[in-house]
Amino acid sequence: MAGHDSFRDLFFEEAEDLLGTLVDDIARLKSGERDEEIVHSIFRAVHSIKGSAGAFALKHLVSFAHRFETVLDAVRSDRLPLTPHLLRIVERSADHLSVLVEAARNERSTDQATTGAALAALDACLDDGVPSGPEPSLPMAERVLVFSFAPLALDFDDGEAKPLPQTFTIRFRPHPALYDNGHEPGLMIASLAELGTVQTEVDLSALPDWSAPDIIEPALVWHIRIETTAGLAAVEQIFEFVDGLCDLSISEDDSPVALPDLFDSEDAATEEAPSIPAPEPAADQLVETPQSSSPAIAASAVAQASDGSAPRPTLRVDLDRIERLFNAVGELIINQSMIAQRVDDLQIQFDTDMTSHVESYRLLARDIQEAVMAIRAQPVKPLFQRMSRIVREAAEGTGKQAQLIMLGEGTEIDKTVVERLADPLTHMVRNSVDHGLESPEQRRAAGKDPVGTIWLSAAHRSGSVVITIRDDGAGLDREKVLRVAISKGLVPAGAELSETEIDNLIFLPGFSTASATSLLSGRGVGLDVVRTAVQALGGRVSIVSRPGKGTEFTIGLPLTLAVLDGMLISVGGTSMIVPIASVLETIRPLPGDVQQIGPDERLLSIRGRYVPIIDLAEALGFPRAETNDPAMLLLLVETESRGTCALLVNRVHDQRQVVIKGLEGNYGQVAGVSAATVLGDGQIALILDPEGIITRSPLANSQAGAQRVAALT
Amino acid sequence: MQDPATSLGEIELVVFTSGGQSFSLDIRHVREIRGQSAITQLPHAPEEVLGVMNLRGAVIPVFDLSSCFGLGPTAANPRNVIMVAMNGARMIGLLVQAVSEIVSIQHSSIQDAPAMLGGPAQSHISGLIPLADGMSRVIDLPALIQRRLPVPA
Repeated sequence: MAGHDSFRDLFFEEAEDLLGTLVDDIARLKSGERDEEIVHSIFRAVHSIKGSAGAFALKHLVSFAHRFETVLDAVRSDRLPLTPHLLRIVERSADHLSVLVEAARNERSTDQATTGAALAALDACLDDGVPSGPEPSLPMAERVLVFSFAPLALDFDDGEAKPLPQTFTIRFRPHPALYDNGHEPGLMIASLAELGTVQTEVDLSALPDWSAPDIIEPALVWHIRIETTAGLAAVEQIFEFVDGLCDLSISEDDSPVALPDLFDSEDAATEEAPSIPAPEPAADQLVETPQSSSPAIAASAVAQASDGSAPRPTLRVDLDRIERLFNAVGELIINQSMIAQRVDDLQIQFDTDMTSHVESYRLLARDIQEAVMAIRAQPVKPLFQRMSRIVREAAEGTGKQAQLIMLGEGTEIDKTVVERLADPLTHMVRNSVDHGLESPEQRRAAGKDPVGTIWLSAAHRSGSVVITIRDDGAGLDREKVLRVAISKGLVPAGAELSETEIDNLIFLPGFSTASATSLLSGRGVGLDVVRTAVQALGGRVSIVSRPGKGTEFTIGLPLTLAVLDGMLISVGGTSMIVPIASVLETIRPLPGDVQQIGPDERLLSIRGRYVPIIDLAEALGFPRAETNDPAMLLLLVETESRGTCALLVNRVHDQRQVVIKGLEGNYGQVAGVSAATVLGDGQIALILDPEGIITRSPLANSQAGAQRVAALT
Repeated sequence: MQDPATSLGEIELVVFTSGGQSFSLDIRHVREIRGQSAITQLPHAPEEVLGVMNLRGAVIPVFDLSSCFGLGPTAANPRNVIMVAMNGARMIGLLVQAVSEIVSIQHSSIQDAPAMLGGPAQSHISGLIPLADGMSRVIDLPALIQRRLPVPA
């Protein structure tokens, strides 16, 4: 099954690329560009998705893509004018296609009503613009010719991938001579079954009266439906030897995997069983073959050649291999700094050769490191493109009008960050449409364009990536926010908060201002979840709001999950890293600021609040360094579970970027430690997880004992 | 397990000392033998887990073999070495006193450990081999390591 799964993954990866192309092409059409090649490219994208989806039996996806393709085909062959209305439908259909792809990927089912509506919209286009009957102008001879070649064309088209299954309806009535010649219908049906899935029905209506049976005249008629990838020729071959010995008609059902109405009605197959073998969609297909029948590979080559902005050739590489390269490069860097140190120690001042070699070694090592980091980097564009769909959906759902403007979508971030950013970003964009923008009426009343604008931008800023989501809506209603926060007990009544503090209240768990929970963002998921998700990526979210002008959310993220901004500290003689993202501030408290509670507990008094002090050495089970330094050094950290805490450390050295290395691979998870890193001297330093340390600190001793016992037994 | 060495009935073992006793390990497990490296202590780790060390960019745990067999912690000595071994897909380090030799012996000459001793040492030994100057204990690496890995949360 592993093989199948990886094919499946590959399909979804490719589908995502294709959907990206689709969105790009539609955007070009929307901007007024009219190039035949754009429509072709859209058609090809939809066709490729349909083709590969067929191989994985994703029938909803296939049937929708098929209908979509039919409309695009009509546009492509100039039978349907590309009106703004049609363009909107094409855009919506592309949206729906990506919904279906996503659903198939997560193995979820989709809302049938939505699919139905989308299909109806597509059908309506066809009804308006194209005569849906068979082309009357086509001479009969050509139609017959057309039919006999159609399956071939299809096979060829998808020859690179698995061929699409075709469905044939066969009506088979043996003559007496067939039996006379020793043929056996049962065996023939059995050999049909070897080609694919067969459904048979025996028509008994011609059975004679049993009282006076005419045993010479065969009375049975079979209706057979076969779904096969073997093609028409293979099916015909089975009946080759009974030619003339029976009444036989074979017809291909009009879509490769069949449209929805064929899925549930076997009756349809028997009733329709047409004896004239020329269903019109097949004819359509052939009429188009001069343009479309080139193999898939050629088609994509054309797309790349003709479209300058098309993706450059890429290589899909197993992440593990990159990981290995990454490790080796990390080691190279450390090795380089050790050599540089050693050369420095030797004090070979006059050997300029040596110094310059060491220097170029350093530069080369950094170059390689950057190149390796770049391999994991991905542009945020596909992620942003998904957001344009979210904006349309959210606007439709709330009766608002919105447009999305994307900036800096070429900005590259680590692949994992991009993936894990999808959910929080979706939520924030929905939130901006839902809560940020006003209704068109309100906007008009305020003298604004009824169409609201959401700006989504990404940029690199000093070693991190900054993503902003800005709307030109009404801004936060601070009074209301404060009122809600007080009524929910998040803030004591009568508290004096600054504007920024009020704005940040919306990130608190359990805060939701929407008086009527809307379908979109009011799913019980608040912005606190967004904040948690971003923090898990080592980033931060902030908000700026101007009444009447709009709101801007800023997400600051590390460039990569492989590197972390940390603070190098030492605890009981051991060097460790604390992620900068979790450190609020470092404090040297005055003696009067520390209060003793009970024998061991201490509290720090800071700006009128008391926060617990946790001795990091003790919490980690390390020997406490009895320095008795009256000047304590504390790190104030923010945690989800227990609010602000102060960690007692021995020294704070500096801030630096460290390469993250997991402990799980060779050992396992260690409480209070999220990962490790290698310092410049080759020594390993643990990266602390303040959350984990603080959660287990009150019972630190007893838990450590229990774990020790568990480990030994 | 049908590789040439075993099918010929021959096996190569790395023989070393730990806690004053002789142990041996199937050479196919052993990746390399290193001098002492800097080891970083892990919080709340059991006594026989010394910590983690850096092996060309990989973070690998180091176990004190002597502690694992209940022979007390290995005394600090510059001659101690770390044997890097593969336990399935995991790479681990074993701190031992010294590596003495590599022996090639018939599979059949490995004797089953007599089931009389019991104790923690017993379950980590898969057999005994006679040597010129005494006897060596063949380590069952998976059994030794598996129980010392942290339980997934």
